[in-house]
Amino acid sequence: MIRALRTCFIALACIAFSAVLAANIWAIAGVPGQGALPQLLSENMSRSGVEHPVTAVLLNFRSYDTLLEIGVLVIAGIAGISMSKTTSLEDPELRTSDPLLYALQRWFIPLMLVLAGYLLWAGADRPGGAFQAGAVLAATGVLMRLGGIPMDFLRPGLLLRLGLMLGFSVFLLAAVVSVIGGDAFLAYPPDMAKPLILVVESVLTLSIAMVLLALFVSAPVNDAEDPEEGDPS
Amino acid sequence: MTLSLLYAMAGAALCGIGLFGLLRLSHLLRRLLAFNIMGSGVFLIMVGLPQHQSGPDPVPQALVLTGIVVAIAATALAVVLIRRYYHQSGMTSLEGESGSREGGPL
Repeated sequence: MIRALRTCFIALACIAFSAVLAANIWAIAGVPGQGALPQLLSENMSRSGVEHPVTAVLLNFRSYDTLLEIGVLVIAGIAGISMSKTTSLEDPELRTSDPLLYALQRWFIPLMLVLAGYLLWAGADRPGGAFQAGAVLAATGVLMRLGGIPMDFLRPGLLLRLGLMLGFSVFLLAAVVSVIGGDAFLAYPPDMAKPLILVVESVLTLSIAMVLLALFVSAPVNDAEDPEEGDPS
Repeated sequence: MTLSLLYAMAGAALCGIGLFGLLRLSHLLRRLLAFNIMGSGVFLIMVGLPQHQSGPDPVPQALVLTGIVVAIAATALAVVLIRRYYHQSGMTSLEGESGSREGGPL
């Protein structure tokens, strides 16, 4: 009885929350837009080095957000790896041996790698970019792992650390170099913007894929083998 | 009432649904999913509301794209933590709550 009452109360509170939110959205939508942000963006597009506005915002005008974001990703990846129980993240015992999956991934992995490359390149003038490409690349890695293809670079060591840190460090380097050159933090010189964005996007793709893959790989806990610390037995 | 305003309203509804799940459910994995539904509602509001008057606005879209990637990484980290918690305590919900063991293994 008390449980049902509690559920009723929570449901009512949530409906009220939604209603207040919807009323606010309705009120905001009724106010004519006063922000000049879209106009400002379209006027400055020629200086950004890319043609697609979302990519321009992500990697040039608001690249500080993207820099912090890849920092958050790296921290999440490191925390995930440090939580994992398997000493080698590339554990042969966790592989599946499904002949159908094995046959399928011979077709899929090259296609997905090409798709990731296309998405990375397409970010310049249409929807696409580092995050989409990184997600596809990470999915390729997950497929490869499930299919039992050995991936030595996932062992904790130099390659894993390099892969995790590459995107963040190159991005930070690009930011600091512009400071040393006498400009603002993260302000690319206009004539160098396109190659800089391309380099940063490529390493970001690699790092994002690496972080997501490392988080996926570190999730399983092999409870059959090594006992927990603090286990009485 | 344009289509993009409808998206924002759907986002508000998703926020409410997610909040209900977050408060009502005790299984940690379900709570994580409910929290993600709430986040998706916020993303829908952020994309839908600025489109209402002057077409797509790239700035909130870029912010939401950043937010989605961070949300994925945070969710993956939360799954890792939940599995570790389950492995160590054998419970699927936090201590001090009723029905701790009703959810079964993750």
